[in-house]
Amino acid sequence: MTYSYYPGCSLHGSSREYDDSSRGVCAELGIELKELPDWICCGASSGHSLDEVLNIGLPARNLKIAEQAGLDVVVPCAACYNRLKTAEHAMREKESVRNQMRDLIDYDHKGRVQILNMIELIQDQISLDTLRSKLVKPLTGLRVVCYYGCLLVRPVEVTGFDHPEHPRSLDEIMSAIGAEALGWSYKTECCGGSHSLTRTDIVRVLVDGIVDMAKEAGAQAIVTACPLCLGNLEMRQSDGGFPVMYFTELLGVALGMNESRDWLKKHVIDPTPLLGSLGLLP
Amino acid sequence: MIDESAKSLLATIREKSGQDILACYHCQKCVVGCPVAEFMDVPPNAIHRLIQYGRKDEILKSATIWLCAACETCGTRCPNDIDIARVMDALKQIAVKEGVKGKERDVAVMHGLFMSGIRKRGRMHEVSLIRDLKLRTGGFFKDIRLGIKMFRLGKLSLSAECVKNVKDIKQMFDRAKAIE
Ligand code: SF4
Ligand code: SF4
Repeated sequence: MTYSYYPGCSLHGSSREYDDSSRGVCAELGIELKELPDWICCGASSGHSLDEVLNIGLPARNLKIAEQAGLDVVVPCAACYNRLKTAEHAMREKESVRNQMRDLIDYDHKGRVQILNMIELIQDQISLDTLRSKLVKPLTGLRVVCYYGCLLVRPVEVTGFDHPEHPRSLDEIMSAIGAEALGWSYKTECCGGSHSLTRTDIVRVLVDGIVDMAKEAGAQAIVTACPLCLGNLEMRQSDGGFPVMYFTELLGVALGMNESRDWLKKHVIDPTPLLGSLGLLP
Repeated sequence: MIDESAKSLLATIREKSGQDILACYHCQKCVVGCPVAEFMDVPPNAIHRLIQYGRKDEILKSATIWLCAACETCGTRCPNDIDIARVMDALKQIAVKEGVKGKERDVAVMHGLFMSGIRKRGRMHEVSLIRDLKLRTGGFFKDIRLGIKMFRLGKLSLSAECVKNVKDIKQMFDRAKAIE
């Protein structure tokens, strides 16, 4: 199985552990990822806030590169995934947008490649049964809550992934690798997203709400698939010691990958004491 | 009664956002579920009312349009299928285009720096963005300890990645401006 891979700027920066663990786990599961040549930033929330044309144009240019590469594209970052899906949706639904993009990037969008986030790649392309059969170290004793955030699941008509307010897919993956995925009502509460630098006060309030609820649910850690969410949850919580991890890191641990130790070392809040206390460190 | 200026504002918003503001019957479901409503000066549904009244200046100067986190909770729940985040985007774009300087300037400045970084390199570079933001908005010592910790963890790199074909990106930005 071979896919194109769009890491996005965060995964080449402060979220390296998400990049490393996504690539590592895919390699372990027999999925080959080929990074898109000369990909550009998707524009994230600044694109759609300021620019009516470029907010579609920046992701559309990446889709052009992906269509030229001819493979379905895997996008681990929830924000990039959302922007690429938005561009795809807009070009599919509106001829005027399609024409505008043709003028902008000299390319006629064909809609030939699928855009996949990491959760759907693991769940649909690998299957939970295959995952179970490859378990080396089931995460027995680890109690987590799965935090999906906004961008993977909303708007429904754009991402079409899981459920906008009661998603289950990540919980199922966590259960499959032996962790206890607890029920809670904050799966898709907003963390404040891009306000982290400018309205830090707002992000703190939202993040504390999420972390408090995770504790109340009885969790020892939060698991996520979004670098924006993880950044906010780790850096802006008042507690300062409640671990937050990418699901791909825990997949690596469960698959017995020694590299997972390096990924887990890159956190502002060190999750290794928790994993160590449960005998789960490789 | 909807007067002429209100009509033209409604039409512009409809064209830019694809949303039908007149469908809003002010049930306030969007306000109840909005994670940042308590920090806004105008609740999301009231933005619709102001659009219906044509009170453009108040809307474009509001903190609300810049504080919306585009979480899409409202859009998911609205009984009339209004995607408010798209309306907020349209309003921000109009505010920038018309040079309106309202509340929450830092948020607007941050988005602007983010985009000019992409124009320059094709990619966003975190350290440059934070540095430029501090130069423009102050707060030099904010997050310093966090920054040092992240640097030690190897999460921040001082050298910025750049795409090979930067000329292409600049051309794309210029074309976008012409299209708009
Ligand atoms: S939920 Fe929809 S109809 Fe109700 S007030 Fe908000 S925008 Fe208007
Ligand atoms: S999209 Fe904006 S207005 Fe709607 S609920 Fe989220 S933050 Fe509030």
